[in-house]
Amino acid sequence: MMAHLPILPVLIPLAAAVLLLIAANAGLAVTRAISVASLILLAVVGAVVLDAANDGTIRVYRLGDWPAPYGIVLVLDRLSALMVALTSFLGVAVVLAAVSGTDARGRYFHAFLQFQMMGLNGAFLTGDLFNLFVFFEILLLASYGLLVHGGGLQRARAGIAYVVLNLSGSALFLIALGLLYGFLGTLNMVDFGVALQSVAPVDQGVVAVMCMLLVTVFLLKAAVLPIGFWLPHVYTAATLPVAALFVIMTKVGIYAALRVTTIGLAAAPFTADLLQPWLTWLALGTIALGCVGMFAATTFGLLIANLVIISGGTLLLAVAEPTVTSIAAALYYLVQTTLVTGALFLIADALSRQRGDVADRFTDGPRLQSFTAIGLIYLVIGVAACGAPPLSGFLGKIMVMQAMSGSTHPVLVWTALIVSGFAAALVLARAASVFFWEPGAPGFADRPDLPYVPARGLSLALVVMFCAVVAVSFAAAPVSSYARATAEQILAREAYVPAVLGDPAAVQRERRP
Amino acid sequence: MEALVSLALGLLTACGVYLILRPTTFSVILGLSLLSYAVNVLIFFGARLKSTAPPLTIPGLSDQTDPLPQALVLTAIVIGFGMTAYLVALALMSKAESGSDHVDAGGER
Repeated sequence: MMAHLPILPVLIPLAAAVLLLIAANAGLAVTRAISVASLILLAVVGAVVLDAANDGTIRVYRLGDWPAPYGIVLVLDRLSALMVALTSFLGVAVVLAAVSGTDARGRYFHAFLQFQMMGLNGAFLTGDLFNLFVFFEILLLASYGLLVHGGGLQRARAGIAYVVLNLSGSALFLIALGLLYGFLGTLNMVDFGVALQSVAPVDQGVVAVMCMLLVTVFLLKAAVLPIGFWLPHVYTAATLPVAALFVIMTKVGIYAALRVTTIGLAAAPFTADLLQPWLTWLALGTIALGCVGMFAATTFGLLIANLVIISGGTLLLAVAEPTVTSIAAALYYLVQTTLVTGALFLIADALSRQRGDVADRFTDGPRLQSFTAIGLIYLVIGVAACGAPPLSGFLGKIMVMQAMSGSTHPVLVWTALIVSGFAAALVLARAASVFFWEPGAPGFADRPDLPYVPARGLSLALVVMFCAVVAVSFAAAPVSSYARATAEQILAREAYVPAVLGDPAAVQRERRP
Repeated sequence: MEALVSLALGLLTACGVYLILRPTTFSVILGLSLLSYAVNVLIFFGARLKSTAPPLTIPGLSDQTDPLPQALVLTAIVIGFGMTAYLVALALMSKAESGSDHVDAGGER
């Protein structure tokens, strides 16, 4: 069983999704049971995967037992295990929140959710560039379905923009892959790095442009400055539990950029510093854009979407200058920011259920029927979100700032991180004053008909996310030492070559004309 | 041959990009289709332009072409086809809700 461990995070949601399609007419209770069971199983497997990867070996799973680089391989190392475990955990919280009624607003919600988990886990595990494209498409197609779940004009319109944007992104992805394959003759990520080293000087220009195009596609998914304006539009159109799941989707872009940079581009001198001059500025611009967007936000969902943009920019800083300390800091920050922003979307869901038609807009609304527990959760998660001590947000930001003190623009990076933290604190406090302190405004009768206590699943999801954020704060030492080991592993590129390719000299390489 | 293929690719891409920037969903979908044709042909020619070499190892035949781009292009076609079909369904849903084919149909937001 352990030999097949790397493929389980892909197979479990696939099996559940197929089962859910078969049982589509069996009623909501059955589909919910299948979906929740599958995601809990997936979270357990995620923990097992994380534990297995922690011994530092690079596990390679050959699909169909074809040797790399001819066949497709799944590669389970510390980084992919971390991402799989995080995704699976978030999936549990999202499904618990969704069974509180969101999933009943349309058909096939759970099947889409499972396909989304399959695409996400596959994208994190695959060691092949074209397979990465395929898993991207799987997770995107599922996300299209989840985005328009619930119907309505706003979702349809956001859906069209999102689908068109991502189809264009896929076209760019394929152009980059097609030309890279034409020049390098390989699609395996490790072999891609090896092949980059022997590109003829006359071809280096085109290959470098195609590498940049490839990373551009990943940055589109990560919602980085010039191509990130889609994110607030899409996240606010989706139902709130779905938005909580979409938080991990920007991290897929960051993950893919990090993976391709460390395993591929870093291998050859002409691509090693290709992105650095651009990415730092784009990251800083993204953080600035997110700050402006937060102040302009008219709904709580929009505010959180801008927090997601800021976290994407912060993570990109580490991708721009990958060192052991910066990647380790970024990975800790990635775990905590995913949990925190995901939890915030779930809080928004719990709040908007009590506010009736006003939902999560920053306007006067009916008085909350129950605010003690949710207010406390909001306080703790909000402190973590704006990076104030003593919680994980503070630790994450400090780690990133420490790692960046040796970078090319330390002052700018420090300023951006501190200002974005203050801005987040300000807008989150303003949001809290609207939700919790404003007495019921005139014209809004108290609404005892609205749920007094959030539904059971949603409450459980909130508690799970709350505990996770607190755990990441208090168990910062093991998490950050794991992140450091991960950074060391992915930067030691040479170790991947024998693990994935065996003896690279034995690979018969066709010389392209 | 190379010049002809390059010109065709450029033309397809240019028309595709122009149509994607149009304000109605119908032309956007057409534009995406054209763009995906261009991309598919580009991947296909990643194996170089050879008109007489089969993508197979046949005894006695020394010249062969790389079969992998053909597999890749097949995957890309299937995925592109599915995505376009979904986009058409979404455009119809938007038109049913708003009564207009405009990409920003339905007023504010």
